[in-house]
Amino acid sequence: MRPIIEIAGLSKTYASGFNALKQVNLDIHRGEIFALLGPNGAGKTTLISIICGIVNPSTGTVHVDGHEIRRDFRATRSLIGLVPQELTTDAFESVWATVSFSRGLFGLPPDPAHIEKVLKDLSLWDKKDNRIMTLSGGMKRRVLIAKALSHEPRVLFLDEPTAGVDVSLRKDMWEVVRKLRESGVTIILTTHYLEEAEEMADRIGVITKGELILVEEKAALITKLGKKQLSLHLHERLAEVPVTLAAFSLTLSPDGMELTYTYDIQAERTGITGLLRALADAGIRFRDLNTKQSSLEEIFVDLVRQKQ
Amino acid sequence: MNYHGMKAIYRFEMARTGRTLMQSIVSPVISTSLYFVVFGAAIGSRITEIEGVSYGAFIVPGLIMLTLLTQSISNASFGIYFPRFTGTIYELLSAPLSFVEVLVGYVGAAASKSIILGLIILATAGFFVPLQVAHPFWMLAFLVLTSVAFSLFGFIIGLWADGFEKLQIIPLLIVTPLTFLGGTFYSISVLPAPWDTIALFNPVVYLVSGFRWSFYEVADVSVAVSLSVTVAFLLGCLGVVGWMFKTGYRLRN
Repeated sequence: MRPIIEIAGLSKTYASGFNALKQVNLDIHRGEIFALLGPNGAGKTTLISIICGIVNPSTGTVHVDGHEIRRDFRATRSLIGLVPQELTTDAFESVWATVSFSRGLFGLPPDPAHIEKVLKDLSLWDKKDNRIMTLSGGMKRRVLIAKALSHEPRVLFLDEPTAGVDVSLRKDMWEVVRKLRESGVTIILTTHYLEEAEEMADRIGVITKGELILVEEKAALITKLGKKQLSLHLHERLAEVPVTLAAFSLTLSPDGMELTYTYDIQAERTGITGLLRALADAGIRFRDLNTKQSSLEEIFVDLVRQKQ
Repeated sequence: MNYHGMKAIYRFEMARTGRTLMQSIVSPVISTSLYFVVFGAAIGSRITEIEGVSYGAFIVPGLIMLTLLTQSISNASFGIYFPRFTGTIYELLSAPLSFVEVLVGYVGAAASKSIILGLIILATAGFFVPLQVAHPFWMLAFLVLTSVAFSLFGFIIGLWADGFEKLQIIPLLIVTPLTFLGGTFYSISVLPAPWDTIALFNPVVYLVSGFRWSFYEVADVSVAVSLSVTVAFLLGCLGVVGWMFKTGYRLRN
């Protein structure tokens, strides 16, 4: 099946000369949740803005559901909903009015039943007559999501959707996103919370300095690039790592009670058997052990650091 | 055509007027009434008729034009600048709307407000001076054309401005002086040479003159020239806005 979004050779150089995107190629599959990760200024928002029609690209093409974004802008923009990073709302409007306005803007006739459903799904129904300026930051964020969903988009962009949102609200939003995906909506999110990408995404793209350096299935990414750590909790305090164990590059905790061994799970030999044998030979006994896989955050930091 | 989109923008902008009724409608009406009191009653009583029209009645078209110009610019420039300032412009830019549809929404609303205001001031003037409208069709035509042209001009200012100061600078430093010097309160024929010739370079002269003709059949310049200048200004503004949208000037860069 043809990807819902096809990006080819996309570059953007701003008038200031800043090269925000460099030859980006990317396909987004229908119905997936794609997380775009990258440090501040990496080009995430520029990429989203180009696809949504807010920023003109310098070179390259973008197709949404087979339509080119500039030539067939009506078709592509009708399919897309955008939740921006900043809390940009019409302060003096009521929640109901602003969400209804968004639906009209996208060329659809009024549908009070749909607006009611969206507001109820986002727990905004009891605030529908409130002016936006009276709402909390979290509620404003929900209003932005409601506006983006008002015209029933098939592709939803969430640019830092849970920035500044408390943990409980964040989990509520994840639930909303999951429900949207179940209804067939393709979701592209940028986030600084790797926990968010780890929790929700099917695939992950890493962008830095305008270059898309990696696109991978989340599980495969963790497996492929992940390192595992074996922690050994010792019976007796160790002053230093014995010379006979130097080959294993062990790390000793400051209290001398824990040894950590980092290994690559993709390697043919992990070295665990040899380590345990060497520990026994050195007369070092341990009372417990556990292993820990690298988080996405650690993988991400490693990738960006390598690029720099 | 995205009719629902145009309607949404138009209604949004008109609703803004409703929320700021004092500022949008009441304030210009009070200002105009004060002009009548000062220029019409206090000073006007000492001025003889101008081309057979009492001074109080003579200034009515000029006063309506003064309000029409300033309000059209202010409504349209603020209408498009405010979303740029707050960031809500993202929604407009990501919506399936062509630049013509965006223009119809914003400029249509700004012009509508000005026309309503112009008619309210006309009605208010009726309380102070005896009014006659010799050519109602042309009166409305000038009213609509001028409102649309200057709303387009305001829209350009709203796109060009990158701060509230710039938003005000052209209306305050250029448009208002041109309006006052454009025959609002007098006929340019009373100006001494060379000022009567210099005044012909002021585009507002043509707007006021044509509009005044539709009331009293007296004009400083021919009606055809007035109409041509108004239409040319409108088309010029349309061209500039078209270029701004095409290049993404201050919008999609």
